[in-house]
Amino acid sequence: MDFNDTPEQAKFRKKCNKWLENNAEYKDKSSKGDSFANKDLVQEAKIWQKKKYDAGWAMLHWPKEFGGIGATPIERIIWANEESKFDVPRGIFEIGLGMCGPVMMQYASEEQKERYLPPMAEGKEIWCQLFSEPSAGSDVAGLRSKAVQDGDKWIINGQKVWTSGAHFSDYGILVVRHDPNLEKHKGLTFFFVDMKSKGIEVKPIKQITGGSSFNEVYFTDVEIPDSQRLGEIGDGWKVAITTLMNERLAVGDAGGPDVEDAFKWAKTQDNLGKPLLSDKAARESIADWYCETNGLKNTKLRTMSALSKGDTPGPEASITKIVSANKLQDIGNFGMDSMDMAGMLKTNNQEIKGFQNAWLGAPGMRIAGGTDEILRNIIAERVLGLPQDPRADKGLAYKDIPSGNS
Amino acid sequence: MNLDFSDDQKFLKEEARKFLEKEDVLSRSRSVLESNNKVDEELWKKIVDLGWTGIRIPEEYNGLGLGHLELCVVAEELGRFLAPVPFSSSVYLFTETIINYANEDIKQNILPKLVSGEIVGTLAVTEELIAPTKDNISLSCVDGIINGKKIAVPDAEVATHVIVVARTNNGTSLQLVDLSLEGINVEHQENIDESRGHFSINFDNVQSETIGDDINGWDLFESTINQAAVLFSYEQIGGSQAALDMAINYAQERYAFGRPIGSFQAIKHKLADMYIALTLAKSNCYYAAWALSTSSSDLPAASATARVSSTKAFQLCSKENIQTHGGNGFTWEYDCHMFYRRSKLLSLNIGSLSNWKEKLVTSLEQSNTN
Repeated sequence: MDFNDTPEQAKFRKKCNKWLENNAEYKDKSSKGDSFANKDLVQEAKIWQKKKYDAGWAMLHWPKEFGGIGATPIERIIWANEESKFDVPRGIFEIGLGMCGPVMMQYASEEQKERYLPPMAEGKEIWCQLFSEPSAGSDVAGLRSKAVQDGDKWIINGQKVWTSGAHFSDYGILVVRHDPNLEKHKGLTFFFVDMKSKGIEVKPIKQITGGSSFNEVYFTDVEIPDSQRLGEIGDGWKVAITTLMNERLAVGDAGGPDVEDAFKWAKTQDNLGKPLLSDKAARESIADWYCETNGLKNTKLRTMSALSKGDTPGPEASITKIVSANKLQDIGNFGMDSMDMAGMLKTNNQEIKGFQNAWLGAPGMRIAGGTDEILRNIIAERVLGLPQDPRADKGLAYKDIPSGNS
Repeated sequence: MNLDFSDDQKFLKEEARKFLEKEDVLSRSRSVLESNNKVDEELWKKIVDLGWTGIRIPEEYNGLGLGHLELCVVAEELGRFLAPVPFSSSVYLFTETIINYANEDIKQNILPKLVSGEIVGTLAVTEELIAPTKDNISLSCVDGIINGKKIAVPDAEVATHVIVVARTNNGTSLQLVDLSLEGINVEHQENIDESRGHFSINFDNVQSETIGDDINGWDLFESTINQAAVLFSYEQIGGSQAALDMAINYAQERYAFGRPIGSFQAIKHKLADMYIALTLAKSNCYYAAWALSTSSSDLPAASATARVSSTKAFQLCSKENIQTHGGNGFTWEYDCHMFYRRSKLLSLNIGSLSNWKEKLVTSLEQSNTN
């Protein structure tokens, strides 16, 4: 056991780092601080993405013709490790590059790949994912947006929801129902769509945090050429599953305060005349979070070790989001509780803001990209091999499935 | 980046597992639980013959001269089958103390006999129904003569030697005692997991040898425990995995309301939570194994992290395994209670969960000030 790079990995890491040092500032040395939050994040992100693209770092595991360098999985991780040390804008391209890219790579025609993948990697065109609907969340295959074929095009009507970044996206991947007379999973077809198409209306959703990172997207008689269908008619679910698998890799650790922040806070925060860190309950909580944080960190190292050897990693990484999102919620709560009555007040103190934002934001983390409950089902069924739930909608035509009032 | 065991270590693990499976060790554990004989001597002899007691003992003392990582993989398999043998007492606690702190004379006397099985060792610290500390040890040692009583000593009946934490005129010390001497009285103390026998030992003017000095014995004990915690954690994740596997099997086979109970989300989510706890614990064990094998300065935090998460994992997996089994899980006949018992024994034997959490935070405070 060791934590060293192989000579080739060390060389690659050095190369990443050298380029990053020349083009960005280390987080702890950066004078920008919170500046990304105030400026036009999308514009900043596009500039950074373009810089990376020109130097070959944008989608390094992609083949050369689409703007990558054909990097190995471990090289991707090394790049991500190094990039995360720098103060650069993130969070704009994750869905496009992490979910839409792989689907296009697998299902689009050669001409389409040549047309769409390089601008996606370059950051010139931003992509979003249009799956969830008001009545189809965890049961996303229960979606009802309609596609009707009309010659060599399709007419789309319906509504999508929770679409991150739809308001600044150029294209989207879309799954819709082409035949309600078929079973739920069999009546779906998959497309990509120009978000500037006539009949698409994007409305931001205000979240409990006050921010709006996702949207409702309405489709009224939107036309999509049949050439933009990905996979066969009726293969929509199969294609969507490819994306959802990638989503689980893309949605991982919750950002925000972690155990080090709780520890640091507890050292100085007063608790009935003594430092909070001297309180037994606080100490036990910190110990629990430390075990979780390090358990996830070491799980990641095990995954990396497998990739580093060219092996397929085990299913361990499936625990990441469920553990980190719940921990985030608890740590936010801990920080606020520690101030007693004053914990309710908004202040300019960055640490307090951090705890309050974590407390408000964590409920979203526990839902996005698979709820805690869906993730537990996935672990139970795919990792532990337990049988699926019997389904009330099994064998029924979609139109005959009970759907309640919503 | 290589946070994984080597192919040789994985091979040893595989061999250990095959051996313990073939020996039907879980049934042997049940037999010990149900009998007055508190160790499976036949199994123990086979384990000695395989050389496992000498894994970490250098070749010059007839051992295998391997490292802690080899010991970790064996510990995980012993934990999986709830082995009813004095391996942890004699190897993680006694042998490691001798290797790390004893003088050359003692090493030459003792280590080859640990390899051959002539000597079986254990460690004695607790005296009252409270957690032992540097300040509350009262068993006395004056000029090597010890007087006093220890309780909850594992494997004392089968052990030939014991290392005792003692109070001296200058502080504390570790005293090596030959259990065949006059003035020693060993009595069985019934405990919650009788597949692992525990005993009281009374010492009345018994001659002993000091390991280390007569000032800092407690610190040597603490450091032994910090190392042993990693190995006990491996036993705990082995046991956790076995309990989880049992629960998965039962949830697939048992039907209720016309379907396997494993198709109910209430059961699925329970088992998923067991898997999550076990995965966190296992990953922390890997890191602690690395810290142990390299004598990293991060060992105190790493071993406490492994200990806390493995204790939580085994307690969760063993109790929810019973729950998954319903009424059957509460019967003596099913093996569920054996995992429940062992999980509790292992959660207490080198210090309770809350005291290990305390140790963890203390180590964070220390590494933070340094």
